[in-house]
Amino acid sequence: MTEKNRRILWLAVFIGCMLPAADLLRRLFTGDLGADPVETLIRATGDWTIKLLVAGLLLTPLTRILRNPLPVRFRRMIGLYAFFYVCIHLTLYLAVDQGLDIHAIVKDVLKRPYITFGMMAFLLLVPLAITSTRKMVARLGPKRWRQLHRAVYVAASFGAVHYYLLVKLDITWPLIYGAILTTALGWRMWQAMPLHKTLRAGA
Amino acid sequence: MLIGKKPDIASSEITPKSLWLDRRRFITGAAALGIGVALPREAANAGTLKFTKSPLSTKGEELTSLKDVTGYNNFYEFGTDKSDPAAYAGAMKTRPWTVEISGEVRKPVTLDIEDILKIAPIEERIYRHRCVEAWSMVVPWNGFSLSALINRVEPTSKAKFVEFTSLADSKTMPGLLLPYLDWPYREGLRMDEAMHPLTTLVVGLYGETLKNQNGAPLRLVVPWKYGFKGAKSIVRIRFLERQPATAWNTANPSEFGFYSNVNPEVDHPRWTQAKERRIGDFFRRPTLMFNGYGEQVASLYRGMDLKTFF
Repeated sequence: MTEKNRRILWLAVFIGCMLPAADLLRRLFTGDLGADPVETLIRATGDWTIKLLVAGLLLTPLTRILRNPLPVRFRRMIGLYAFFYVCIHLTLYLAVDQGLDIHAIVKDVLKRPYITFGMMAFLLLVPLAITSTRKMVARLGPKRWRQLHRAVYVAASFGAVHYYLLVKLDITWPLIYGAILTTALGWRMWQAMPLHKTLRAGA
Repeated sequence: MLIGKKPDIASSEITPKSLWLDRRRFITGAAALGIGVALPREAANAGTLKFTKSPLSTKGEELTSLKDVTGYNNFYEFGTDKSDPAAYAGAMKTRPWTVEISGEVRKPVTLDIEDILKIAPIEERIYRHRCVEAWSMVVPWNGFSLSALINRVEPTSKAKFVEFTSLADSKTMPGLLLPYLDWPYREGLRMDEAMHPLTTLVVGLYGETLKNQNGAPLRLVVPWKYGFKGAKSIVRIRFLERQPATAWNTANPSEFGFYSNVNPEVDHPRWTQAKERRIGDFFRRPTLMFNGYGEQVASLYRGMDLKTFF
């Protein structure tokens, strides 16, 4: 792929990830968010967060399987977009749903497992977003940086649990995300296992 | 067969809602001026209901728009999304429709919906409607007290509970494929709850016959309980000696109690019930005990621990 095509692809993914937010904004201003706009916005931004987290986690296996470095180059952007959507998600919850009532929020976080998991997932994502720049990679050193960023598996899993716990009945999607995450994590653990490395070296 | 079936009235012949509202306003205005205008015995258009205003109506609440009341629904027989019922319930056939009334009654009977409509005068009853999911609406229902029907079939002394069964038609209800609820949908009330005047058999809302997504042609509304207690599209009403198994309670007994009275002090195990978002509002408002109907219904539960019997 030429450098120019790569740039076009980068731009396409960049704009593509922005589209859900733009669409929600359009629907907000045209009154097209349904009977409960706040609920729709919270659900949609949460949904895009987990979709992007899961997609981002599939990029590394994809790169290795395809033996092509292209997918992994989008990892940071996808991850930061996930963070962008979770920030909107959390802000709506804190400011609109809870009306910034600190007492109610603290109670909610401690008492409701799905909120607890959601909040833990968010808190795990904060340092990852902060250390996403090239400078921070250099400052931490690639090894430590990679170790730190493995936390994204935990964050995504907490996100899936958060989703699973709030659904009233139809748990199809939380289970699908859970299955993809488990597969991706399993694949990476298998890759990291000494046995696998020996086999690959032998082949 | 649904395909090719011509509607009885061409849509071009149906008076637009704005026009008949004007007509109603004219009649009301004329009445206010003391001009004797005889109201027609039968409604001019199919779908409109003749009703009187009930003194049981909740006052001082702004009505939720017809669009939201008919577009934002939980009716899992048609799917779990709030927009699914409006999108898919049209396929359900609501005529002919009969309701089997059986069990511990002296006069078991199978009633045609047209006869049910004549049991008592149709009233407009404005009630708050609080969903267990912590959102709420204010709906002008049309119907009459369930007690009118109950009195007619003469329950025996053994009748302690009433069970309501909804239609389960796999041909028109795609949601029946979902394994989460044990279909058909069933709900139940204790006899005194069923006899309470606020408990309403609903045949319409906003002065029109019920739309399918709202539980046509006949549903239950119990305003002091969470919305799911109000069974939709009822095909059977059974009087029982023992508390019946109900759909949500069977699916998850720790989360959805048999009573399910609106209670801000008893949280759902996973989310708070202290607040609710009124559809149309941005911020949440406090939820009222018994959904604000405590004065009328609290005595039904005297001496009961509402945390145990949630």
